[in-house]
Amino acid sequence: MNTFGWLQIVIYLVVLGLLTKPVGIYLTKVYGGEKTFLDFIMRPVENLIYKLTGVDAKAEMNWKTYGIAMLFFSLVSSLAVYAIQRLQGFLPLNPQDFSAPSEHLSFNTAVSFVTNTNWQSYGGEATMSYFTQMSALTVQNFVSAAVGMSLAIAFIRGIARFETQNLGNFWVDLVRGTLYVLLPLSLIFALFFVSQGVVQNFKAYDTANLVEAQTIEKDGEKQIVETQTIAQGATASQLSIKMLGTNGGGFFNANSAHPFENPTPFSNFIQMLLILIIPAGFTCTLGRMTRSQGHGWAVFGAMMILLIVGIVIAAQAESSANPLYPAAVNQSVGNMEGKETRFGIANSVLFAAVTTGASCGAVNAMHDSFTPIGGMVPLVNILLGEVIFGGVGAGMYGILIFIILTVFIAGLMVGRTPEYLGKKIEAYDVQMAMLYALIFPLIILGLTAVSVMMPETGLNSLYNQGAHGLSEILYAFTSATGNNGSAFAGLNANTVWYNSALGFAMLFGRFFMIIPVLAIAGNLAQKKYVPPSTGTFPVNTPLFTVLLIGIIIIVGALTFFPVLSLGGIVEHLQMLDGKTF
Amino acid sequence: MNKTISIWDKQIISQALGDAFRKLNPRTMMKNPVMFVVEIGAVLVTIQLLRSLILPTETTNLLFETQITLWLWFTVLFANFAEAMAEGRGKAQADTLRKAKTETTANLLKENGETEIVGANTLKKGDVVIVSAGEFIPGDGEIIEGVASVDESAITGESAPVIRESGGDRSAVTGGTRVLSDQIKVRITANAGESFIDKMIALVEGAERQKTPNEIALNILLCGLTIIFLLAVVTLQPFAVYSNAPQTNFVLISLLICLIPTTIGGLLSAIGIAGMDRLVQHNVLAMSGRAVEAAGDVNTLLLDKTGTITLGNRQAAEFIPFAGVEETTLADAAQLSSLADETPEGRSIVVLAKEKYGLRGREINELGAGHEFVPFTAQTRMSGLNFNGREIRKGAVDAIEKYVANGNGYKASPELRETVERIAKMGGTPLVVADNRKPLGVIYLKDIVKGGMKERFDQLRAMGIKTVMITGDNPLTAASIAKEAGVDDFLAEATPEDKMALIKREQADGKLVAMTGDGTNDAPALAQADVGVAMNTGTQAAKEAGNMVDLDSNPTKLIEIVAIGKQLLMTRGALTTFSIANDVAKYFAIIPAMFLVAFPQLQALNIMNLKSPESAILSAVIFNALVIIALIPLALRGVKYKPMTASKLLQRNLLIYGVGGLIVPFVGIKLIDLIITVLGFA
Repeated sequence: MNTFGWLQIVIYLVVLGLLTKPVGIYLTKVYGGEKTFLDFIMRPVENLIYKLTGVDAKAEMNWKTYGIAMLFFSLVSSLAVYAIQRLQGFLPLNPQDFSAPSEHLSFNTAVSFVTNTNWQSYGGEATMSYFTQMSALTVQNFVSAAVGMSLAIAFIRGIARFETQNLGNFWVDLVRGTLYVLLPLSLIFALFFVSQGVVQNFKAYDTANLVEAQTIEKDGEKQIVETQTIAQGATASQLSIKMLGTNGGGFFNANSAHPFENPTPFSNFIQMLLILIIPAGFTCTLGRMTRSQGHGWAVFGAMMILLIVGIVIAAQAESSANPLYPAAVNQSVGNMEGKETRFGIANSVLFAAVTTGASCGAVNAMHDSFTPIGGMVPLVNILLGEVIFGGVGAGMYGILIFIILTVFIAGLMVGRTPEYLGKKIEAYDVQMAMLYALIFPLIILGLTAVSVMMPETGLNSLYNQGAHGLSEILYAFTSATGNNGSAFAGLNANTVWYNSALGFAMLFGRFFMIIPVLAIAGNLAQKKYVPPSTGTFPVNTPLFTVLLIGIIIIVGALTFFPVLSLGGIVEHLQMLDGKTF
Repeated sequence: MNKTISIWDKQIISQALGDAFRKLNPRTMMKNPVMFVVEIGAVLVTIQLLRSLILPTETTNLLFETQITLWLWFTVLFANFAEAMAEGRGKAQADTLRKAKTETTANLLKENGETEIVGANTLKKGDVVIVSAGEFIPGDGEIIEGVASVDESAITGESAPVIRESGGDRSAVTGGTRVLSDQIKVRITANAGESFIDKMIALVEGAERQKTPNEIALNILLCGLTIIFLLAVVTLQPFAVYSNAPQTNFVLISLLICLIPTTIGGLLSAIGIAGMDRLVQHNVLAMSGRAVEAAGDVNTLLLDKTGTITLGNRQAAEFIPFAGVEETTLADAAQLSSLADETPEGRSIVVLAKEKYGLRGREINELGAGHEFVPFTAQTRMSGLNFNGREIRKGAVDAIEKYVANGNGYKASPELRETVERIAKMGGTPLVVADNRKPLGVIYLKDIVKGGMKERFDQLRAMGIKTVMITGDNPLTAASIAKEAGVDDFLAEATPEDKMALIKREQADGKLVAMTGDGTNDAPALAQADVGVAMNTGTQAAKEAGNMVDLDSNPTKLIEIVAIGKQLLMTRGALTTFSIANDVAKYFAIIPAMFLVAFPQLQALNIMNLKSPESAILSAVIFNALVIIALIPLALRGVKYKPMTASKLLQRNLLIYGVGGLIVPFVGIKLIDLIITVLGFA
């Protein structure tokens, strides 16, 4: 990769760093119920919503009430998304006359969007009507992101508050996050994307004549293709929230590799930025709300370092030539298979690292076509628990679990029982944190293992054999459980088994992990203040950053190293050995 | 008491070896889930091995399978041995205590006033016994009548006898100690078998050891990790089958045992027992492990000035004469007034006069006939001497003032007041000397701060621990001594209520407080404090209120107790970190070995260049077992502890146990691989 490639990556990281503080301050204000510059327009809307729904905005909730409200909201959301899909044929804004997707696909998609995963077993432009895309999927892009943010804020409140049961009000957090953060930013950036050439219309699909007729073989017969269907739709409005809410579900099947969904390098840059600004901002919010700004930056540092390591490894891997190609193939820029030429190596690997570090899952290149090591970077990013900034909110509560484990394991080494920001970390907290840490590999490894044991239902979906095939199944379950949603591809997931299994992986990966999160938050909030001193385990130093990284890598890597060694690692070594599948 | 027991004590080791096998009982093992998993693994491979012996197949490698089976059993045994060692050392301490509990008889005082000789083990709470010189006190109790000197060396190891008397703060006696002189009437306060010594023995032996809160939390973490690794290993077989490289149970179980945190799992209870044991070695008995943990967390230390911060006694530092009085005149009068004063203060006045003014200490008989000593009484609060028609007195300012006035309404001169105040400000105690009711000057008695205390308080401060000096002195004196000693704060003119209020205030701020005390009026505060160390010389009430007892009755020991608490927690953290960091190297040994046949390319991961798959797996398993044995001394002694800030401690421990934990197994596994290859075991 050349200097310009590296320069683009550096500029991206610097801009992200600069935006962290203002975004963090704004988030603190929004969730603290403070005045913002949007009050003049949003306050009346907010109050109207409370009035219509009968929500008492002043009422505080304990962790159980908060959790039940969240689960209830998510259940209703899932049913709505499922119903809209199944009724698609009868609903308006369906110029292509798409019929309803199958039950298992509708289930998978409903779960996928409600859990902020946006795994897509379907191709958007060939399956979903404009009405479904807008009223079901885009709406969930907003509210599932707002749910994640609410949970992170509830957790931070649990840390920042003392001797109380109250974690805030779920409905208020949900409404304020949507109205003050997601809606205004999405609006601005949707307009920006339109300026770059992203489509935004309700037109029926166009047909274009090919410059040169193509001959294809279908069912053993040769066919001549002279025309191409050009898909249309309300793309820009879905695109900005797809990134901002770390949703990642593409309007088109090709996601952000499609020229209508990501036309220019500039739109690409902004898309990558939108993925991380809220998750990065949350680190600053953590610092501010807990009155320990240094800690916020220490966490930011850990996330940033992990992100950079991934980018560098992937960039190196993708810049190298694939030894399996004949010498005649020009690979001077690296492995361009599955990448858009308008983005090149730098913007493809950066996008891949960012979208998997955060649980976004939008893609602008085929991860399946990356080199084995290059493809392992997105996979490992998700396997580490979606904490490299992570999903909006989800990344924050995910890393807080790792912080609790770090404080507990290493905290003893200063000769005091572990404490975190003035709270003792005790058996219950550890129990819940371990439950969280256990559910994640349980779903991923369990379902992947079951899939590889079923030659018919599991392995027939594979387009590749051997180590690469294992990576494809592993990636699918990892992506679903981590609520990422990106696909490695190479796996036909639109089958009863995969739609159902991945659906459950998404559900459990989201809600089973949220329950221990809220339980810890509730438990922490009740604790008494333990004043910090020079004898207290420091959580705002570079050493803490290093420790946190160590625990994230060791817990993540130690669990998944065996399966990775049979996947990407052995594939890489075999590639060097000249072996193919 | 035998203070230190060698780690290599033969008797303890041989006892522990036997116990290691006895502990294999699954019901015992279940208390330690991590090691229980290892035991199940060992049973499973044993069954496999038996099958291989009876029905060998082509792939059977008996040498390898036998060794794996043996080493897995060794792993369990080594962990059991570690625990048994810690318990054994505790038992050895308990035996020393038990010797004090020789079977004795008691003179039970019956209601009709007669005495009856009964066995000490039949005594009940509330019984009254009479103990005479030369007899053992039959049980814990309180003196209700009499005064006696008691030999408590059986408990404290201190050979000098102590005085015990009814009423006041020195009324408690302990069963098993011996009365040396006089006769006392004792009301028994504990049923036979529930006495102080019985409780101590049970605690030290670990029989009544309950897991402490932090230990429980750590156990949950370890169980969680064990389940995660179990999951990783169980699902590995399907992936291996998919990759056409199915694994034998020997290999999979070996991988599991290597990955789960056996090092800390095997040593965790030993660390806890050893922590209690280290306290016992310092002659401190903790009523629970929880108290030891709390000691590590203490934020505020309440230290009694006298005996802890200053030497118990004040010493004369200077004679300050009033205008018109010669310094030697004052020194002479001061010395005369103190000749019969046997208190350390009085002695120091005689010595100062001799050293500074060359006034030879006169013997009492030199004074000739007609002299009369006036002893100190609570009423006059003066002492002195009458001879040759002179009345020489020394005493506190107000007492002398009253004496000089003799009912005539005398007011102290401004000069006297000034001098007295100045001395108080410097932290001293002024004693006024008068000759024939005429004040001559003031003796400046100084509190001597113990050497090295300032440094210790600096260290405590670096560790984030605040020290508060508790004293009955007035605020001026207290401030001056506090400054000299380097404590952070002081509580002057402290009453038990003040002390209690201070503790509650600190605790309201979320701080943990440690204190020492001995009096009955200290009992509420001792109970309130998070770590309350009662002095063994103290009352029964104080001992019952606190959660530790210092047999040496040395209040300075509070600082050591905090250090032991911290050391216990640090040892746990260090070995947990070490244990988890070890896994990295074990992966690099075992994973390539498992799949080398199916994927020869994985040789690239064999960075230790281990000889064969079998030798690699065996080396990892052997290392995993041996590291438990190697770390037993560390677990029993605790990691090295020096007071410093948390950041520095973390840095240091992380470097040793974190980075060390990454590197050591690479070296260790490679070495073992070389050795077993040379020996032809693999």
